[in-house]
Amino acid sequence: MADLSIDFAGIKSPNPFWLASAPPTNTGEQVMRAFDAGWGGAVWKTLGNPIVNVTSRFGGVDYEGRKLMGLNNIELITDRPLEVNLREIREVKKRYPKHVVIASLMTETKDDWRVLIKKCEDAGADGLELNFGCPHGMCERGMGSSVGQEPGLLAEITSWTKEFAKTPVLVKLTPNTGDIVEAGLAAVKGGGDGISLINTIKSIISVDLDRLVPNPRVGNASSNGGYCGPAVKPIALHMVAALAREEGIKIPISGIGGISTWRDAAEFIALGATSVQVCTAVMHHGYRIVEDMIEGLSEYLDKSGMKSVGELRGRATPAYQEWGDLDLSYKLVARIDPKTCIGCQVCMTACHDGAHQCIFTGPEDRARPPHAHSHGPASAPKPLPIGAVAGDRVPWIDEPECVGCNLCQLVCPVPGTISMVEVPNGPRDTWNDRVKSGRDKVPGGIHEG
Amino acid sequence: MTTSSLPEGRLETELGDKKPLYTDAEAKAEADRCLYCADAPCIKACPTSIDIPTFIKKIASGNVRGSARTILEQNLLGWSCARVCPVEVLCVGDCVYNAWEREPIQIGRLQRYATETVLKSGAPVLAKKTAASRKKVACIGAGPASLAFAGVLALEGHEAVVFEKRAVAGGLNTTGIAPYKLHSADALHEVAFVEGLGVEVRTGIEVGETDSAQVVSTKKLLETYDAVYLGVGLGADTRLGVPGEDGAGVFGATAWIEQMKLEMGRSSKEQIAGKRIVIVGGGNTAIDVARECAQLGAAEVLMVYRRGEADMSGYAHEMEHARVEGVRLVPSTQPVAFLRDEAGKLTALRAAKTDANAKAIAGSEHEIPCDMVALAIGQSKLQGIAKLLPGVELDGKGCVVADAATGQTGNPKVFAGGDCINGGKEVVNAVADGRNAARTLLARWGA
Repeated sequence: MADLSIDFAGIKSPNPFWLASAPPTNTGEQVMRAFDAGWGGAVWKTLGNPIVNVTSRFGGVDYEGRKLMGLNNIELITDRPLEVNLREIREVKKRYPKHVVIASLMTETKDDWRVLIKKCEDAGADGLELNFGCPHGMCERGMGSSVGQEPGLLAEITSWTKEFAKTPVLVKLTPNTGDIVEAGLAAVKGGGDGISLINTIKSIISVDLDRLVPNPRVGNASSNGGYCGPAVKPIALHMVAALAREEGIKIPISGIGGISTWRDAAEFIALGATSVQVCTAVMHHGYRIVEDMIEGLSEYLDKSGMKSVGELRGRATPAYQEWGDLDLSYKLVARIDPKTCIGCQVCMTACHDGAHQCIFTGPEDRARPPHAHSHGPASAPKPLPIGAVAGDRVPWIDEPECVGCNLCQLVCPVPGTISMVEVPNGPRDTWNDRVKSGRDKVPGGIHEG
Repeated sequence: MTTSSLPEGRLETELGDKKPLYTDAEAKAEADRCLYCADAPCIKACPTSIDIPTFIKKIASGNVRGSARTILEQNLLGWSCARVCPVEVLCVGDCVYNAWEREPIQIGRLQRYATETVLKSGAPVLAKKTAASRKKVACIGAGPASLAFAGVLALEGHEAVVFEKRAVAGGLNTTGIAPYKLHSADALHEVAFVEGLGVEVRTGIEVGETDSAQVVSTKKLLETYDAVYLGVGLGADTRLGVPGEDGAGVFGATAWIEQMKLEMGRSSKEQIAGKRIVIVGGGNTAIDVARECAQLGAAEVLMVYRRGEADMSGYAHEMEHARVEGVRLVPSTQPVAFLRDEAGKLTALRAAKTDANAKAIAGSEHEIPCDMVALAIGQSKLQGIAKLLPGVELDGKGCVVADAATGQTGNPKVFAGGDCINGGKEVVNAVADGRNAARTLLARWGA
């Protein structure tokens, strides 16, 4: 079985699965249950001067019957007295010495940071995470994302904390910024030992159309919240990868954003994360999901011949490249398997209205649209493929017109029925190659005709 | 005609809904499963070509009134069709999920949700137009074919009058549909919806040869109206013609169902509960009566059918439900006589086994003790009115001859549809007939 343990800037964790700073890490009782379930670490609900919360606090995005594709919240940092939190951290570390407890922190003055850091480290925290990401409420008071959006301020406050901290300092970044790399470099400049990202995305989750008030509703008003959950994963993956491939950033990354399964976690690790943090999936399904995350990641590593999770880290990062370096000659076309096609023809609608008009049905040759690149009609395959279950409803592909865009495969409800097949199409040629050799003029430009 | 004209405490209300109305949450969950197929097989399987994926997506988005509109624009009786259609062999049977060995979309239940929710709310759904040149049509019989015909024309601003000899309108939807699918009160509610489109329904008026207070003549209809629609359905239950048939305890199936739905009170349950019932026949009416008796608590329900199970015209899925409810099929058996005691009370059915050609096998006669027999072996054709309409022809089976696509009969003014032209099909076929005839006229009139 592959070794799942990690060393994050000197913090040793039995596995890369940590709970993100959020309601699942509100109290010691919860964190201890999480550790019993298998979580390797927990980033405590952000500590600082206690706040007052509103009701309600969360809003969700459902998609065609599935709940919580996305979640947003307008909850603030901990509403419990600091001493209570510290007592519980001390208790957790006493009972679970091998598990990781990181104190998430948010406050204002340099002296506040000094006192807060001292108290947390005295309580036994293994590390500190600076919450420079919260995009609601706290940012209105000059904290959270209002720090994360100002690289100079971010670097300065990070450097303050480094003056006081004996344990590693993780800087948690906000995605609500123009260039995440700038924020990452500021964290390095301030002396941060690691980076966590992404915090939630500034959002309005929905509008109550009966009351005409946004959600989550607090009486007859709402406020922008922080968006998270499975829907934000692609945004988070990009930001993690952008930092991981940046030469000026050598410190470890803790990936956060929509991670629900071992597969999501493996993707973050493959793009450069050392640990991952989970919140929404636990808020939805509970701490128990970590069992499959541990087992699934372990099975995957074993199957892939990797002896430790460290071997996976960053393995996909080099494949994240500039568009201009992609091979323009690489060609895929769609193929439909008549054995498993159920004849819904959703692919055909998608192709005709949303892509390149190259999927048809029936035994006759079909007229191509006037804008087609190929000449003459689209030739129906002879004989027409007759589906094992869908009969003559199985569509066919006009391959010369197929641009290999994937859309048909993405909309097909039956996994494996539409595959994208590589077809030979000449030697490698990239846009950047064309620019270098002066072949970058495409006919039909603005000044022609 | 209103639902309040039905007596309270009817026996049919003892039989609960087998497929109850979805809640909002159930409807959304089911609607969300629809794949929204292109060139959808479910639409092709619907005799009225309802745009099923579109109405389902409207349920999913919460646009329930729009969903009902999509249904009703193709099928004005979409509410009753949702409940009585044999969806297993129509739309649901052709859902692509079947090909994937997954549960098909419950189209009937979703259609019921959209139509029932909106029609019961009383909110207007369909926009009425004004005809440039207003025409007048008369319908004979107030069943689904006539109501669809009249409703489509009324919506376009024409005058439509429906004559019904019974005291209640709705045809088989009111008098004949198994109560666990549709109660007569809902059928009449739907009739009221069609009336709301501008259709005038005159109940208790027969169409015949000579005008009188209760009779309007075919001659007068042809003189007064621009078109006449013949939607009279079928006639009385067929009799076996064997000894002992006449007398208490032996009923025609559709006559008994009509009484059970409209006249019998709850106390009539005693006539069925605990009793031994024999149903003669293998069609859907036979299965309906059998299931109704089983659900009313009969001690034993036997379906005596003269051929094998594979030959039954009743749907396999209906027979499956019947079996679950305790109905037993007695195949290859035919009645020979009804046995009665001295007081004339039915005691048994004398029956013979039949061979592969459905002929009685000598020496196979036996008795099946029973308290009641329902005969579901077909219905006679109502030929009288057709014969009063010049140019209208009947085929060898007694069905009115009409063009399948338009309903046009041999008389250019007369159209026909429903059971009287097809010998007995589904409600949805009758609705398609009526609608198609109406659209033919609209095209002819240029409005």
